[in-house]
Amino acid sequence: MAISEVTVRDAELLAVEEINAAGGVLGKKLEPVVEDGASDWPTFAEKATKLIAQDKVATVFGGWTSASRKAMLPVFEKRKALLWYPVQYEGLESSPYIFYTGATTNQQIVPGLDYLKEQGKKKLFLVGSDYVFPRTANKIIKAYAAANGMEVLGEEYTPLGHTEYSTLVNKITEAKPDAVFNTLNGDSNVAFFKQLKSTGITADQMPVMSVSVAEEEVKGIGVDNVAGQLVAWNYYQTTDTPANEKFVAAFKAKYGADKVTSDPMEAGYNAVYLWAEAVKKAGSTDVEAVKKAAGGVSLDRPEGKVTIDGDNQHVYKTARIGVVQPDGQIKEVWNSGEPIKPDPYLKTYPWAGGLV
Amino acid sequence: MEGVLNQLPIGLSIGAVLLLIALGLTFTFGQMGVINMAHGEFIMAGAYTAYLLQGVGFLIALPAAFVVAGVMGLILERTLIRRFYGRPLDTLLLTWGVSLMLQQLARDLFGAPNVQVASPAWLRGGIGILPYNRLFIMALAAASVLAIWAYMNRTGQGRRMRAVMQNRRLAATSGIDTGRVDQRTFFIGSGLAGVAGVALTLIGPVGPTLGTYYIVDAFLVVVAGGLGQLRGAVLAAAGLGLLNSYAEFWSDASLAKVVVFVAIIGFLQIRPQGLFFVRSRALT
Repeated sequence: MAISEVTVRDAELLAVEEINAAGGVLGKKLEPVVEDGASDWPTFAEKATKLIAQDKVATVFGGWTSASRKAMLPVFEKRKALLWYPVQYEGLESSPYIFYTGATTNQQIVPGLDYLKEQGKKKLFLVGSDYVFPRTANKIIKAYAAANGMEVLGEEYTPLGHTEYSTLVNKITEAKPDAVFNTLNGDSNVAFFKQLKSTGITADQMPVMSVSVAEEEVKGIGVDNVAGQLVAWNYYQTTDTPANEKFVAAFKAKYGADKVTSDPMEAGYNAVYLWAEAVKKAGSTDVEAVKKAAGGVSLDRPEGKVTIDGDNQHVYKTARIGVVQPDGQIKEVWNSGEPIKPDPYLKTYPWAGGLV
Repeated sequence: MEGVLNQLPIGLSIGAVLLLIALGLTFTFGQMGVINMAHGEFIMAGAYTAYLLQGVGFLIALPAAFVVAGVMGLILERTLIRRFYGRPLDTLLLTWGVSLMLQQLARDLFGAPNVQVASPAWLRGGIGILPYNRLFIMALAAASVLAIWAYMNRTGQGRRMRAVMQNRRLAATSGIDTGRVDQRTFFIGSGLAGVAGVALTLIGPVGPTLGTYYIVDAFLVVVAGGLGQLRGAVLAAAGLGLLNSYAEFWSDASLAKVVVFVAIIGFLQIRPQGLFFVRSRALT
C-alpha cells in the first residue's frame, strides 16, 4: 500500500548517522533499532510495544498512514513513551505522547485551497480514497468552499488499492470542474493519473491538486502522466535552503545518485534532529523532560525554519505549492512566506466552526 | 446523457481487463481445480517484464512476459502444486505463501516503490471516451480468446487438455499422459497472466503488490462464468464490467463493489456452477 515508508526510514537513519558523526547526544551515540510495520496496522502497534518494552528505546520515529498512527496511539499513551510521526495528516488530533512533524491541515490543505482560489478556480471536484484522511480532508474542503464562494461539484471515494478509474474520469469530465482536489492514497494515484492523462485532459484545462504525491510517487506514476499538475507540501527536493543542499547531497551520497528526497522523508529526518535538540535542552532522554523541553525548540531545516509548538506538539511549517516538472522534480510556484502556526483543530478559522 | 452513453464502452473496457486477468485462471483454476493465489504475482511478473524490456518494444514484451510467467508457473507446478492435487485447501495456503514470497522477491529486486513503464507513443490519443490503450486491451483480450479457442478446439494438445478436464482417469486409461497435460495447462494459464500484466502497465501501477489488486476479480470472473468455460468467462467478464461501470456511475466505487458481489452471490444461488458448465455423468 504505502510505497515510501522505506525512504523515510533511510532519511531517519541518515539523521542518526550525522548526529553520531557530530558527537552524538549528551556524549552518547544514538543506536537505531529498526522494525517493519509491514503496512499492517496491528503490526505497527505490536512492533511499537516491542520497541518500548523489550528494546527500551528512548523514542520511536515512524508510522505512515493515519490508521497506523491511530493503532499506535494507545500504546504510546499507555506506556508513556514518545512517538515522532513524520507524515502530513488530517488533523483533529493532539496526543500528549506524539510529536507531529508533518503538516496538519492548515499547513497543507488550507494553503492548497488558498492557492486555487487565488487562481480563480471556483468549481472543485473531490477525489479520495475511502478512509479517514480523505473523508476528513474533504469535510474541511467543503466548509472552506462554502465560506469562500467556491462550489463542490462532486465528491467521490474509491476503495484503497482501487485501480479502475475510467468511470470516475467520465464523471469528472461530465461535471467540468475548474480543478480537482485529490486525496487518493498510494498506488491508486498511479492508476488515476494514467487513466486521466490517456483521455487527453491536460493540467492547463483542469489542474489536479494532490496532497499525497511527492517526488517518489512522481517516478512511479510516470512523469509524462503527471507533469504540470499541482501538489501541496512543505518541502521539495528543489527547495532552496543551505540545509537542503546538504541534505540532498548527503542522501544521494549514502543511498545513490538516482534517489530523490521528498516531504515525508524530510519530516522524518527533521524529527530525529528535533528530538536530539530537545534532549540536549532537557539534559536527559526522559520522556516527560523531553516533552517539556521540546516546546519552542527551533532549527533551520531543509524546508526552512521549523519550531515545535509546545501546546499541541505540532511544528510550525512553511506551506509550499509546487508544479510537477517534466524531469520529475517539483518547482515551487507559491509559498506562505513564513512558517504557519499549526492548528490541528482549525480553531482560528471561523468557517471551520462546525467541523470539530 | 453523454455520460450515461460513455459508460457503455467504459463497461466493456473494464470487462476486457477482467477477461485478460481471468483468462489464465480459467485454465489453472477452471480446468485443473488449483486455487492459485500466486496468479496475481504472475501478472506482476508480466508487468515487470514490460518494465525491463522498455526500449526494446512494447509488443515484444507480450510474448516475453508469456514465457517468463509461464516458466514461473511451470516451476511452481513441478516443484509444489503437483504434490497437492486433490487437496484444494492445502493448495490455497501453499500458493498464498508463494505469492507473499514472490512479492518480497519483487521488492528485493526492483524496490518497494512503483516503477515507471511509459506507454508506447502509438497508444497515445483515443476515440471518444476510449483512449487507444483501452482499445488495445480490448483487442488483446479478443485475440487471446481466439487463440485459446483455436488451441483447445483445433489442436491435438487442446483436445487432450479437454479430455483430462472432463474425466482425468478415463483420459489416463486412454493413454494420455495427464502429468504432461497438467504441466502444459499450467504453463499456458500462467503465461496468460503474464500477458495481462503487460497490458495492465498501460493503465495501472507497476509495483510488488500489483497482483493483489486483481486476484479477487479474476476469481470472480471464473466462478461466475463457470469453471473452465471460455465463453462463460467472456460473458461473465463483459457482464461484470458493465455492471461495475453503471453501478459506479449511479452510486460510487465502494458501493459498486458491493453491488457486484451481491449480484454474483445471488447469481450463484440460482446457478451454482456458473453461466456454463460441462455436463458429465461423474458423481462428483
